[in-house]
Amino acid sequence: MSIDHILAGLYVFSLAAFLGYQIISKVPQLLHTPLMAFTNAISGVSVVASILIAGRKSDTLLIPILGAVAVASATINVVGGFVITDRMLKMFKKKGAAK
Amino acid sequence: MIGLLASVLDEGASAAIDGRVIVYRVSLFVASLLFLVGLRMLTNPETARRGMQMAVVGMALGVVGTLVHHDIVSYHWIIGGLVVGTVIGIPMGLLIPMTKMPERIALSHAGGGLAVALVGIAEYLAGHPQEHGKFAMGSVTFEIIMGAITFTGSLMAFGKLAELLPGKPMTFPGQNAMNVLLLAGALGLLVVLVLHPHLPVLFYLLVGVSLILGVLLVLPIGGADMPVVICLLNSYAGLAASASGFALDNNVLIICGALDGGSGLILALIMSKAMNRSFANVLFGAFGSDAAAAAGGAGKGGNVREGTPEDAAELLKIAQSVIIVPGYGMAVAQAQHATRDLATALAANGTNVRYAIHPVAGRMPGHMNVLLAEANVPYDQLFELDAINEEFERTDVSIVVGANDVVNPAAKTSPGSPIFGMPILNVDKSKAVIVLKRSMKPGFAGIENELFVLPQTMMVFGDAKQTLGKITAAMKGGGH
Repeated sequence: MSIDHILAGLYVFSLAAFLGYQIISKVPQLLHTPLMAFTNAISGVSVVASILIAGRKSDTLLIPILGAVAVASATINVVGGFVITDRMLKMFKKKGAAK
Repeated sequence: MIGLLASVLDEGASAAIDGRVIVYRVSLFVASLLFLVGLRMLTNPETARRGMQMAVVGMALGVVGTLVHHDIVSYHWIIGGLVVGTVIGIPMGLLIPMTKMPERIALSHAGGGLAVALVGIAEYLAGHPQEHGKFAMGSVTFEIIMGAITFTGSLMAFGKLAELLPGKPMTFPGQNAMNVLLLAGALGLLVVLVLHPHLPVLFYLLVGVSLILGVLLVLPIGGADMPVVICLLNSYAGLAASASGFALDNNVLIICGALDGGSGLILALIMSKAMNRSFANVLFGAFGSDAAAAAGGAGKGGNVREGTPEDAAELLKIAQSVIIVPGYGMAVAQAQHATRDLATALAANGTNVRYAIHPVAGRMPGHMNVLLAEANVPYDQLFELDAINEEFERTDVSIVVGANDVVNPAAKTSPGSPIFGMPILNVDKSKAVIVLKRSMKPGFAGIENELFVLPQTMMVFGDAKQTLGKITAAMKGGGH
């Protein structure tokens, strides 16, 4: 891995961390539980790394099996996380709309 | 089209770049943008749902874009994993009750940690990080440490929240020293593996040490401190995902990991600030252990004024303004609907009703808000600590539903108290206080609450849900 690759990754990480900090600081206490469910769902994007491992050419069976377990657990987070975030967000209503 | 895109994106490099790689990279790029926009829209309850839908589109795009990747030679393991995950994930998301949300979040952190740790282990077994140099090897090793700690630590947190394990801190002599030693050991192994990657024995040792560390780190932490722990584990899961992004040269993983890690850290900071404690104190303080309970001096509940639900109703009938303070007890008793019913009856009587939500009420950030939203309480009636704390002195009656430490005046008055300095809701300032509580047992912090013996306080003992139902019935009955 070249130094350029490493630095490019660090750029991305630093900017995302900064932007994330700014945005997440603005999320009101009201939405903190949905926020956790949401970030949990999107961090399930590790499913893309798991997919590559599960589908790649491999000499041993162990690697694709590990990949498949990783795909399954990441998918549970993605699917379950989005479903539950949506369920929660649907419930938040202002006065008047609640009736 | 793809060819054009390829030449634009890869100018100067070989023209023979595979179009599918472009599809893969562009779809992950667009997914990253959609995640960021979605997160931004989550800052406002009006736009939050649309923000989430954008993230769903992003995720679908990322998965589809990855499925066309030219490295993939067989699909059966992938499809198997996706199907199993979906079949478990959808019912889990749909059926879990809102009161069990902390448990479900803890479990999902365990799943996230496991997925990332497995990715790291598979990469090592495939021999990739060893070939890609020290930085890749360091990233993979770090990823596995954080992923494994998140996995077992979150399972422990789940066990404590679900009361499969005792909620009290479990401590033994030399515990902190042992944890520090194990952590140092894991970091030492990381360094050795970066320098000498081809030592599988050390690699497996590292996996084992990290798994044990996750268990031990959460062992001494009490139930009431779980909000901070859940947030920290969230943060670890994010860091692990970011590290895997570095190892795999995958930006979407780096970005999502940074967002996840950042949100966990921010929430953990908010939580520990709301308890006036440092991370170190939460992690190593074994708060709420027997020692702290003994120091509180139990059993001086002599001058408690006990009332019936009917007494409470009489008091509430003449109140102009009421603030309801929910706590973990409301979640345990599943009393959110009964609370809403009482608030509706009060409003029908012309009373101004508001809710005061302490940041650490419940077992996770925003726990009370979600429960009250489930019971159809409009969110503009929910107020954060700073927004409502001045209002208590102008309030006729405060109703405390299963909250304890967050309304304990000892936090302001007794420097010796373990919770001294913690910002609390000034319930003691209101003209009258009704406390709904199961018994006189102290809260999770194990501290006596002098709010309960104040002259204006009326204690109504019993199951919060039933008590609230009786008060509401008495209010309606007397109204005719």
